Amino acid sequence: MLSLAFMRHAFVASNFIAIVSGVIGVFVVARQLSFLTHTLSEIGFAGASFAVFAGWAPLDGMILFTMLSSVLVGQMSIKESRREAVISAVSGLFIGLGILFLSLSSQTASSATSILFGSVVGISASEVHQLIILSAVVLAITVLIYRQLKFSSFDEVGAQVSGFNQTVISVVFLLLLALSVSVAAQIVGSLLIFILLTIPAASAKYFTHGVAKMMGLAILFSLLGTWAGLLLGYLTNWPVSFFIAVIEVIIYVIALLYQNFIEAN
Amino acid sequence: MAVLSVDDLTVAYGDHTVFSNLSFTINSGDFLVVVGENGVGKTTLVKALLGLIKPKEGTINIPKDTRLGYVPQFRNLDEEYPLSIRDFVALNSRQSRWPWLTKKERHRLDRIIRITDLTKIAGRPLGLASGGEKQRAYLAQALLTNPRLLILDESTASLDNEMKYSLLDLVARFQEDGLSVMFITHDWDLAQRYGTRYLHMQADGYTAGSINELAAIVKGEEEC
Repeated sequence: MLSLAFMRHAFVASNFIAIVSGVIGVFVVARQLSFLTHTLSEIGFAGASFAVFAGWAPLDGMILFTMLSSVLVGQMSIKESRREAVISAVSGLFIGLGILFLSLSSQTASSATSILFGSVVGISASEVHQLIILSAVVLAITVLIYRQLKFSSFDEVGAQVSGFNQTVISVVFLLLLALSVSVAAQIVGSLLIFILLTIPAASAKYFTHGVAKMMGLAILFSLLGTWAGLLLGYLTNWPVSFFIAVIEVIIYVIALLYQNFIEAN
Repeated sequence: MAVLSVDDLTVAYGDHTVFSNLSFTINSGDFLVVVGENGVGKTTLVKALLGLIKPKEGTINIPKDTRLGYVPQFRNLDEEYPLSIRDFVALNSRQSRWPWLTKKERHRLDRIIRITDLTKIAGRPLGLASGGEKQRAYLAQALLTNPRLLILDESTASLDNEMKYSLLDLVARFQEDGLSVMFITHDWDLAQRYGTRYLHMQADGYTAGSINELAAIVKGEEEC
């Protein structure tokens, strides 16, 4: 299986995607940004479609669109009372735009499927390099702001009086999230991004009670899903995204059962 | 020596003035109790001191070497809150910027956890802790930076009597070591038991002075 170049690329890419998703996912869950992540994935879809239309690499379009809009959408959805409506409106608008760009470009059906649902076959060596660089950027910035990000994500009230600027941290995090969405979309597609960006971290929090440990576990769950997904996809010829989704959901269900067991005892 | 001084402070939300021309000083080792009915602006005052709202007029002078610790009345942490008590307290470690805690920071953390009597339960998720344990964890987090002034905003409101006393006894021990305390409360008994000075905020002004003078005000309020 690994004698095939595209499978090797997919495995390398999935390792970096798993690490980025695990690390960023823990903060997504703590900051309760799952819905925003979903919206960003739809914005990413529009960006990738635009890239296809403009003749760029889909990843470039995704990065452009998600980076430009993440802060705006994040700020618009701060007020809880209007969060749902804002997110619906933005999602709708960008899915619409995505469909428009696809219909304007000559290649439609196959590129739409690969953007929406991911396509491991499509990852070239240069795309893997780009993905590694992006992952390194996300992780390096996370390390730089780690303490502040951790404080403001896990204790907003306490962080308010700790002297650092919470708005700056929140904006930087939204940009990191935008980059992570673009990275993760390469394997699972834009529709299933939250499968890697929220579910592994949401499962991890039931098993362990420290931030670094949650990250480690979330990375492990992501790796498990992507590796097994690639293997099963290769063996059965069924979509890799399907297997990844099923595996992550099974892990989540086990986590919930574990939590119930703990509470009952 | 003053750890905080407030001079002629007026705070307003739009056209609505919450309080005006408030002046007071907290000196090193003071235990200032801030009492007053709901709506007179006690929490607003705290927010102004913490820099979360801009005063309309007046000045708040906090010397550079005064580090503030703050224990809020309420935190929105549900029972699925994942961090352990130890990890929650450690969030406020600020001596270094490494992603991990340095040896020095770990020592400080262990010491604070021990003093606040959290050692035995430090590994448990904070979400599952009792009200009293949670308040002790909040206190431990605020004390971690070794503050010179600790602001307690109704921090005992949700606790039963025994827990109130044990929490404030703990604070009083730090006060003996030079910590200044500003305690916002509704509870006149606690105010008189622990306070050394008071600030009584009212809709039409305020009074301040030594704690002994509070007794006369208490009597007045009871007669009302």
